[in-house]
Amino acid sequence: MYAETARTRPQEPASAGALILSGAKIVIRALKEQGVTHIFGYPGGAVLPIYDALFESEGIIHVLCRHEQGAAHAAEGYARSTGKAGVVLVTSGPGATNAVTGLTDALMDSIPVVMLSGQVASHLIGTDAFQECDTVGITRPCTKHNWLVKDVNLLARTIHQAFQIATSGRPGPVVVDIPKDVQVKTGTYESKESARHPGIRPKLEPELVSIVRAVEMMAAAKKPVFYTGGGIINAGPEASRHLRELVKLTGFPVTSTLMGLGAISATDPQWLGMLGMHGTFEANHAMHDCDLMVCIGARFDDRVTGRIDAFSPHSRKIHIDIDASQINKIVRVDLAIVADAARALKEMLHFWKTQNHAVDADALAQWWNQIETWRGRRCLEFRSSATQIKPQLAIDRLYAATRGRDLYITTEVGQHQMWAAQRFGIDGPNRWMTSGGLGTMGYGLPAAIGVQAAHPEALVIDIAGEASVQMTIQEMSTAVQYNLPIKIFILNNEWMGMVRQWQQLLHGERYSQSYSAALPDFVKLAEAYGCVGLRCTSPDELDDKIAQMLAVDAPVLFDCRVDPKENVYPMIPSGAAHNEMILSGADEDAPTIDEDGKMLV
Amino acid sequence: MLQKSSSIERHTIAVLVDNEAGVLARVVGLFSGRGYNIESLTVAETDHAARTSRITVVTSGTRQVIEQIEAQLGRLVSVHRVVNWTIAKPGIEREMALVKVSGHGEKRTEAMRIAEIFRARVVDTTLASFVFEITGPPDKLDTFIDLMRPLGLLDMSRTGVAAIARGEGAM
Ligand SMILES: Cc1ncc(C[n+]2csc(CCOP(=O)(O)OP(=O)(O)O)c2C)c(N)n1
Ligand SMILES: [Mg+2]
Repeated sequence: MYAETARTRPQEPASAGALILSGAKIVIRALKEQGVTHIFGYPGGAVLPIYDALFESEGIIHVLCRHEQGAAHAAEGYARSTGKAGVVLVTSGPGATNAVTGLTDALMDSIPVVMLSGQVASHLIGTDAFQECDTVGITRPCTKHNWLVKDVNLLARTIHQAFQIATSGRPGPVVVDIPKDVQVKTGTYESKESARHPGIRPKLEPELVSIVRAVEMMAAAKKPVFYTGGGIINAGPEASRHLRELVKLTGFPVTSTLMGLGAISATDPQWLGMLGMHGTFEANHAMHDCDLMVCIGARFDDRVTGRIDAFSPHSRKIHIDIDASQINKIVRVDLAIVADAARALKEMLHFWKTQNHAVDADALAQWWNQIETWRGRRCLEFRSSATQIKPQLAIDRLYAATRGRDLYITTEVGQHQMWAAQRFGIDGPNRWMTSGGLGTMGYGLPAAIGVQAAHPEALVIDIAGEASVQMTIQEMSTAVQYNLPIKIFILNNEWMGMVRQWQQLLHGERYSQSYSAALPDFVKLAEAYGCVGLRCTSPDELDDKIAQMLAVDAPVLFDCRVDPKENVYPMIPSGAAHNEMILSGADEDAPTIDEDGKMLV
Repeated sequence: MLQKSSSIERHTIAVLVDNEAGVLARVVGLFSGRGYNIESLTVAETDHAARTSRITVVTSGTRQVIEQIEAQLGRLVSVHRVVNWTIAKPGIEREMALVKVSGHGEKRTEAMRIAEIFRARVVDTTLASFVFEITGPPDKLDTFIDLMRPLGLLDMSRTGVAAIARGEGAM
């Protein structure tokens, strides 16, 4: 069984002025009408007609990736850094299945991605034809919606609705599967306006009574905290502006999730840093001890909450989210507001000002005193070394060397990702691209390609681990082909460091399969791809080598050899509460991880 | 805290969906993917012109889980409306079963007698068997079936629950 094309058929049959095109040309025309500038893709038998139509069309850049997973992550990077949908084009069978990781990643992190896939001809569907797979079946659980287009007259409408669904409400990935015969047959083109899906009307505006209630709760709070997530980024730069104003106006402390970094500038004194498993001491303690939590565009993920029955026990909670299903999913809240983050923040500002609310200044000053003592623990400090590069130092120097640049950061997954999130201050929305929900190793390099394609003049750096980067390293070839001068800054600790850390802390230092006894020579590898390789092995050459990297107008693989034994701290061990953090490897009071904790990821 | 009340409740939820291929897979996939229970499920087209079908699901879980089920169903693009008959409106629930019983002598008479009490109809009969048709709320069917067990219950087929609001209200 397959999902059918569009909900309602076009009202009239092809009229006199109707535009009749082949399915493949309909695809290209619809993409252009949607304002698509870039497609990330890979050809194959079942999409040849679309590639043929692309051959003669102008105005769309096709970025030929080296693997469909790479194409999907590149589209994610493009989307996250522009706020527009990213577009992926793949063939049937293995082309589609290779992209599944990227689709799932986009679903978990609410990234708008439109994937078009070729499918075997309609009459072959269900016969185990060459390169046939049930693409809509396979992608149903990892998309917001998907379609198999069986009628060429519904193709344009389906593609337009695909964009509408991917980008509206809580964004996410969609798939349009197009059999080869549908690409070849001719049919009527339908424009974007007439193709709008009538059922897609996300609730954007907040209930004003709830907003009034929210600002009253804020004015009455003695120990408030803003807990902000990726929803603020998705709501557009305006949401970040409103958040900054509200934070300033109220004087409240604010913390962000991994996905929410950049909504508030990392240099803002009211920002407590990231919260959660590897969040700061001050952010987690503020969450634990607060009396009012204002959650905006975040979803109480288990990386954030720690032990759920000990999560922020004494607070009242306000939750603003565009997706009603996120409210009361993990944590019961006292006030739920289903709305777009930008609109909700705007109204909060409005009512805060017009109702002349003021904070409880004494209480807030006391609260800040308390926060300053937590800050005084300086939880991100590390022991430096004269001979070995500490990974934290590498991040700090990279950050220092790139201040003031038009900068976008992507990451892979592991310790390096956490160090980057903790220390590399992100100053604006859409500047930080990381795989949060799915935690996909191999995300960062192709994502950087997508970002650089969208922002050719910007500096785009993937902060990588040597294990993760090898999962999609082939995309260096893509970067070279399209002159995308991405910088792959590898914190090479020779280990799957995050796995090693958990084995050290939870499995009695039995390091099962977490060491890569053979690693490529990344400098030679870079040269083999036709780009630049740099290696840095000691702290005193770090600044020079980073400067060299930044001076190169080409893709660079930077092999930064760091201390292989360093762990990420602070840390809430699995199964522990926000106020039970391990501050360092030498932390005497650190809680031990019990058997229950071992069962958690 | 989330688990305000952790007792397991049973709810009947109606879902109005586009009648397109794959829609059932979306709904069922949501239940299996998120670990929700399905106790029974019925589906059929209810409005041919609008091409919509109504799915009635009987599910069980804590209040929070039930709320999540409704919210998650509401996110599906193919879903128009979700109504929880157990909470939103007093609903009427009916299910039909075909129950085959074989037996002789006293057991056979006893089966007939119980069937009359339950207002089950005989829709097929041989010298050694009956097929009863019984309609009612699911627990009535459960009771009937339990009573038939010692009397020679051979086979049965149940439709799952169909539900509708009392009074003038409509979904
Ligand atoms: C595709 C995938 N497979 C496995 C994992 C589990 N995993 C999480 S972190 C990690 C190690 C990452 O190693 P590396 O990239 O070298 O980063 P480091 O932790 O050393 O900084 C692994 C294997 C994952 N997140 N993604
Ligand atoms: Mg590593």
